[in-house]
Amino acid sequence: MLQVDDLKKSYGNLVAVNGVSLRAGAGETIGLLGPNGAGKTTTVALIAGLVRPDSGSVEIEGRRLQGDSDSIKRRIGLVPQDLALFDELTAEANLQLFAALYDLDGAAAKRAIGETLELVGLADRAHDRVKDYSGGMKRRLNLAAALLHDPQILLLDEPTVGVDPQSRNAIFDNLEILKGSGKTLLYTTHYMEEAERLCDRIIIMDHGKVVANDTLQGLYRMLPVTNLLSVELDNGQDGLRLDELQTLPGIHSARLEAGTLRVGVQDMATGTPRLLQWLVERGHLYHHVASERANLETVFLTLTGRSLRDS
Amino acid sequence: MMIPFRALVRKDILLFFVDRRALLMSFAIPIAIGSFFGYVLGGQGDAAQSKIPVLAVDQDGSAISRDIVTRLSGEKALDVKPSNPADARAAVRKGAATVAVIVPPNFGQDAGRAFFGPQQKPEIAVLFDPSHTAERAMVTGMLAGDVMQSVSKEMFTGQTGRAMVKDSLAQVEQIPGLPDADKKPLEDLLRSVDRWNQSGQGDSAGLSRGLTMPFTTREEAVTARQNTKYNGYAHAFAGMVVQFVLFLGIDVGIGLLQQRQRGLWKRFRAAPLSRGVLLGSRAVSAAILAFLVVQVNFLFARLVFGVKVEGSMLGFLGVSAAFALMTAAFGMLVATVGKTPEATRGLSIFAVLIVVMLGGAWIPMFLFPQWLQKLTVVVPTRWAMDGFEAMTWRGLGLQAAAAPIAVLLLFAAGFGVLAVARFRWEVEG
Repeated sequence: MLQVDDLKKSYGNLVAVNGVSLRAGAGETIGLLGPNGAGKTTTVALIAGLVRPDSGSVEIEGRRLQGDSDSIKRRIGLVPQDLALFDELTAEANLQLFAALYDLDGAAAKRAIGETLELVGLADRAHDRVKDYSGGMKRRLNLAAALLHDPQILLLDEPTVGVDPQSRNAIFDNLEILKGSGKTLLYTTHYMEEAERLCDRIIIMDHGKVVANDTLQGLYRMLPVTNLLSVELDNGQDGLRLDELQTLPGIHSARLEAGTLRVGVQDMATGTPRLLQWLVERGHLYHHVASERANLETVFLTLTGRSLRDS
Repeated sequence: MMIPFRALVRKDILLFFVDRRALLMSFAIPIAIGSFFGYVLGGQGDAAQSKIPVLAVDQDGSAISRDIVTRLSGEKALDVKPSNPADARAAVRKGAATVAVIVPPNFGQDAGRAFFGPQQKPEIAVLFDPSHTAERAMVTGMLAGDVMQSVSKEMFTGQTGRAMVKDSLAQVEQIPGLPDADKKPLEDLLRSVDRWNQSGQGDSAGLSRGLTMPFTTREEAVTARQNTKYNGYAHAFAGMVVQFVLFLGIDVGIGLLQQRQRGLWKRFRAAPLSRGVLLGSRAVSAAILAFLVVQVNFLFARLVFGVKVEGSMLGFLGVSAAFALMTAAFGMLVATVGKTPEATRGLSIFAVLIVVMLGGAWIPMFLFPQWLQKLTVVVPTRWAMDGFEAMTWRGLGLQAAAAPIAVLLLFAAGFGVLAVARFRWEVEG
C-alpha cells in the first residue's frame, strides 16, 4: 500500500509539486498523466526518497519513509526515465551491481538475475555488453534492474520513451504480469494511450497539481461530450450559422476548422441525425462524416484548457 | 552495508579496466612522456651529454689565435666548428649554433702587448643565442682560461713572445703617464722574462703549457649513496605520475557527474544506502586505482630505466597511499564544481595543470624564483613530488616521508570535507 499526502516541493520560485495526494493498493496500477513539466517526475522522486519534500508525507505499507538508508526503501523499485545502466558492462554485471545495492549476492543474486532476465526476455543476452543492445532491449533491462529485489511497489517514470512498438508491447506484457502478481504500479507517462491501456486509475497533473484523479470511465464522465463529429462541407462555411446550431438539443459545441465542421455531442444516437438533418434543411451539403470518441486528450483539454501534446 | 559497498567499489574498478581511454591516460601516456622527459633530463646518468654547438672564427691566424681555437675544440662540453663572421652570426640567429667566438685580426700581437703593458686590450666577440644564457656563461669561462693559457705560453716560450718582450722593453720609457716608480719594476720584470727566454728554460720548466689554473676539481653527484648515479627518469616519472593520477581524479569527479546525468545516481539513491556508502565507495575505488597507477608506472620505470626506491620502501608506499587518498578526495571535489561534465572538465584540467606545474612536476623546482619556491608549499603536488623524489633517487629514510605524507593527508581531509559539504545529494526532479 502506497499513501502519499499533500506533497509539496519547490525549487526557488518554481513550485514543482503542489499538494499531491494519492493512494495505491496491491495489484493496482495508477497512471500519472501530464505534459512535460507537470511535476510527474518530481512526484516519483519524492516517493522514491530521492528528493526531500518541503511538506507532506510518503507512507509505504503504513510506514513513513525517512532517511536515505531507511529499509522500507527495499519495498520500492524505481525505473528511471533515463537508461540508468552501465553501457560498458554486460547485462549480468549491471544486474549483479543493482542486486548488491539491496544486499543480494551469491546464489540469491544469481537466482534473482536469472528470473528477471527471463521475465524481460533477455536471458540469452545476459553476457552481452549493454552498449550492444537495441534501445528496446535497454529499456527492458532498465525495468529488470528495478525488479531484482522483488519490490512490492514499482515506480515507473516514462519507461517506454523512445522504444519501438514491439518493445513497448513487450514492456506492457511484463507490467501486466507484475500487476497480476499483486504489485502496485505507479506509472508516469505523457502518452494517453498507455495510461488508457494499463491504468486502473489515472491522475492528471498540471503545473504541479492534481487536476483529476479517477478511473478512466470516471474521467470520461467529467466531459460534457463523449463524441466528436467531423463533417466535411461541400461549400465551406458559406451561410453556416454556428450560433443557431449550438442551440439544438444534444449539441454541446460547434466550430469550423478549415472547411470542416466539428461538433461535440453527448449522445451519438440522437445527436448525429439531428445535426445531419439540420444541415440538409439549410442547404449545407457534405461529402464526409466521421466520429471520434473523446479521450484523455479531450479530458486534459477540458480540465486545463490546453492540449496535452502541445503543453 | 558491506555487500553494496564492495559491489560499488568493484564496479568502479571494473569500469576503469574496460575503458581504453582510462588505461591509455593512466599507463601508456605517463610512461611515454616520463620516458621522454627522463631521457632529456639526463637519463640514467651515464648517457653522453649533448655538447654546446660553438662556431670559431679565426681572423688573426697567429700562433696564439690558432692555439686558442685548438684548446676550445678540446673542451669536452663543446662542439667547435670553424666559420666566418657572416655565417657565424646567421647560424646563431637561426639557433643552429649557441655561441660564436670571433678572434679579430692582430689579436695575438695586441694580446701579447696587453699581457705585460697597459696597452689597449684586444676584443674577442662572443655572439650568443639569448635563449641560452647559461651556455654563453660556460663558453665565456672556458674561453677565458684557454686565452690565458695560449697567450702566456706564447709570451714565455714562443718566438712571437720573445720579440714582443724585447719590443715592450724598448717601449717602457715611452709609455705615457707611467710613473717613474713603476717603470723600474716593469723593466726588471721584462728583462727577467727576456733572460728566461734566452736561456731556453721555459720549455723544461713546464711553461710550455702557459699559465694554467692552480687547481683541479672533483665533481660528485650526491645521491642515495656513493657510486649511485642520479637517474633523471626518477624525477620525470614522479612528475608524470603526479600529473596523470590527478587526471584520474578528474575522471572520478566527471564520472560522478555523468552518473547523475545518466540517471544512475537516481537508482543508487533509490536503494537504502547511506551517503557514506555512496560517496565512500567511490573514494575508496578512486584511491585504489590511483595507488595502482602509481605502482605500475614506477614498476615500469624500475624495470626499464632502473629507477629504484633507494630510500624507505615503507615511506614510498606511504607517500603513494597518501597521494592516492588526496587524489580521491580531489575527484570528489571536482564532482561538486560544476553541474555538467563538460563545464567541469575544462576547469579541472586547468587547475590540475597549474598545480602540477607549480609542484615542480614538469621542470625542477630549483629553476623557480625563491619567492615562488616558498609559495609552492601550499600546493599538494609539491609535497607529492618531494616525497617521491626523497624516497627514490635521494634515498632518504622514512622520516623524510613523514612530512609529505602528513601534508597530503591534510589536503585529502580538506578536500573531502569540502566535497561532502558541497555535494548535491538530491536529484533533479
